[in-house]
Amino acid sequence: MKTTLITSTLAGLALSAMSTAAMADAHATSACLITKTDTNPFFVKMKEGATAKAEELGITLKSYAGKIDGDSESQVAAIETCIADGAKGILITASDTKGIVPAVQQARDAGILVIALDTPLEPIDSADATFATDNFLAGELIGKWAAATLGDEAANAKIAMLDLAVSQPSVGVLRDQGFLTGFGIDVKDVSKWGDEDDARIVGNDVTAGNEEGGRTAMENLLTKDPEINVVYTINEPAAAGAYEALKAVGREGDVLIVSVDGGCPGVANVKDGVIGATSQQYPLLMASKGIEAIAAFAKDGTKPAPTEGKDFFDTGVALVTDKPADGVESIDTVKGKELCWG
Amino acid sequence: MAGKDDDYDSVLKGSDNRVASFTTGRRSPVETVQHVLHSYPALVPLIVLVASLVVFGLLLGSKFFSPFALTLILQQVAIVGIVGAAQTLIILTAGIDLSVGAIMVLSSVVMGQFTFRYGLPPELAVICGLAVGAFCGFINGVLVAIVRLPPFIVTLGMWQIILATNFLYSSNETIRSQDIAAAAPILQFFGEKIRIGGAVFTYGVIGFVVLVAVLAYVLANTAWGRHVYAIGDDPEAAELSGIRVKRTLISVYVTAGLICAFAGWALIGRIGSVSPTAGQFANIESITAVVIGGISLFGGRGSILGMLFGALIVGVFSLGLRLIGTDPQWTYLLIGLLIISAVAVDQWIRKVSA
Repeated sequence: MKTTLITSTLAGLALSAMSTAAMADAHATSACLITKTDTNPFFVKMKEGATAKAEELGITLKSYAGKIDGDSESQVAAIETCIADGAKGILITASDTKGIVPAVQQARDAGILVIALDTPLEPIDSADATFATDNFLAGELIGKWAAATLGDEAANAKIAMLDLAVSQPSVGVLRDQGFLTGFGIDVKDVSKWGDEDDARIVGNDVTAGNEEGGRTAMENLLTKDPEINVVYTINEPAAAGAYEALKAVGREGDVLIVSVDGGCPGVANVKDGVIGATSQQYPLLMASKGIEAIAAFAKDGTKPAPTEGKDFFDTGVALVTDKPADGVESIDTVKGKELCWG
Repeated sequence: MAGKDDDYDSVLKGSDNRVASFTTGRRSPVETVQHVLHSYPALVPLIVLVASLVVFGLLLGSKFFSPFALTLILQQVAIVGIVGAAQTLIILTAGIDLSVGAIMVLSSVVMGQFTFRYGLPPELAVICGLAVGAFCGFINGVLVAIVRLPPFIVTLGMWQIILATNFLYSSNETIRSQDIAAAAPILQFFGEKIRIGGAVFTYGVIGFVVLVAVLAYVLANTAWGRHVYAIGDDPEAAELSGIRVKRTLISVYVTAGLICAFAGWALIGRIGSVSPTAGQFANIESITAVVIGGISLFGGRGSILGMLFGALIVGVFSLGLRLIGTDPQWTYLLIGLLIISAVAVDQWIRKVSA
């Protein structure tokens, strides 16, 4: 708390000095982009999108980031800085979706448009708008693709579910439940994974969304049932880890791996046949749409409206695969590579 | 002449005239156990390991008690075990190293990026990676031994510094397994495997076991090894008996850094790719293995074989409980209990010398 206070005071001082200089072009709209970290390729791409769009529309963009994923203090300090700076709008991917809410409210009270990117706040209406991937739909697409690719064999599938974490963060639950729904499995309670009783599910295990976790989780589930032939993964690094585990037992050729993200290494893995299909999300679009919304708000006060039937603005998702299946729309890896991030 | 008044010796008659000696052979059974455990510190974790193997074997039958599953446990603990070997060295000197996982990841990233970004021959990149690990250890060692900062603080700081360096340098980019296999297969050397029946031994597992065996020999039978124990037990006494404490401490940290870099190489073999986000909890997991292995956090006591058993106990519990199908949280709960019991047993055994 103390650090936050000092940082924000210092930042405030520095900014009041700077704003004197900014007075020169008083009509310029300024906006803030606050991401979880500066290092994750997903956020690097987001920043790229925001910077390009801001330049195009003549908006001054300032970027902030936490030191590590989960560093909410720095994000609060960044919001306070943006308020002091007189920004018109803030784009934020919150590290702590509940804890950041009071600071966001403070910004909104100061007349700033706050848009959550990628990660919805809790509750979702704490921000003026949310620009994000429909993670349930992302899961549903790969589920449908897997079922269509297997055809009649889908009835005898043996499915491994490689999830994110035991705390069941919403992004992991939405993708998991979306996949099962798309595959045609009854998910019971849609707000959590692991309560399904369909015999086709061999088991759930957690991966922390990285290669190491993906490999260990896959090994554990293979020990439980060596005949697994469909693998759902929370993201592409976990999928790459699962593939290594399958390769170690010589099963890499006859197992369908599906994933979500659409990062460039992931798309390359789809091209090489490591991953069968992946749902691609668009961080660049989230950021550029966000900047457009801030520009519109600065002009005449219009706030962005959510996509019809959803409580957020859907920035779209596309299925990337080189083996298109009937009845599931998809793009190939050439197109996917053009649109990929990271 | 000696008179009655001078007869000082007569009072000694009837007093105990035995020569001073140790009491032996009069211990209660509990004291005997305590003494045996004190002499062989790896015994407790070995007993726990065998017991847990038996229990899970009975519960799960052939699914668990197969060569495949048992060697799988070895593969799953190899990385933490190698890092745990480095951690053991540090903890034996009464230190602690929170930066082990970060050193491991940075080294693996250096091996990957030097090959793919600068086009260095992969063999050379591996040597550079090992050198980076040793250098990180050297900084730790100098700060602990010469600047005399507490190891906890030094490595807490270095943990952050090395991780940040890792993310900045790599831009958090993953190098894909397929690219490595095509251009620099030596990076995945420790992922190669030997099959004997259903059992699978990766080179990483073999490297881990050989490393522990070598270190066990060095710690028990070389001057350097005995110095490490002496410094952990009492640095002043070690200094007075002619051990060059500072130099030895630095060498311990450099060796630990080098071992972590080796773990980074083995990590590439295990996960196939070079990933800057791997190994986030390796520091905590390695300390867990060391503590469950009965190595005293106060330094100077414990066997590296205990760490091997400690790492395997964690592996057996993790796989066993997953196979039974319990919520993964139970694994963490049981490991927490094991840590506390291990330290409690350690405290009890220490009383033998009091």
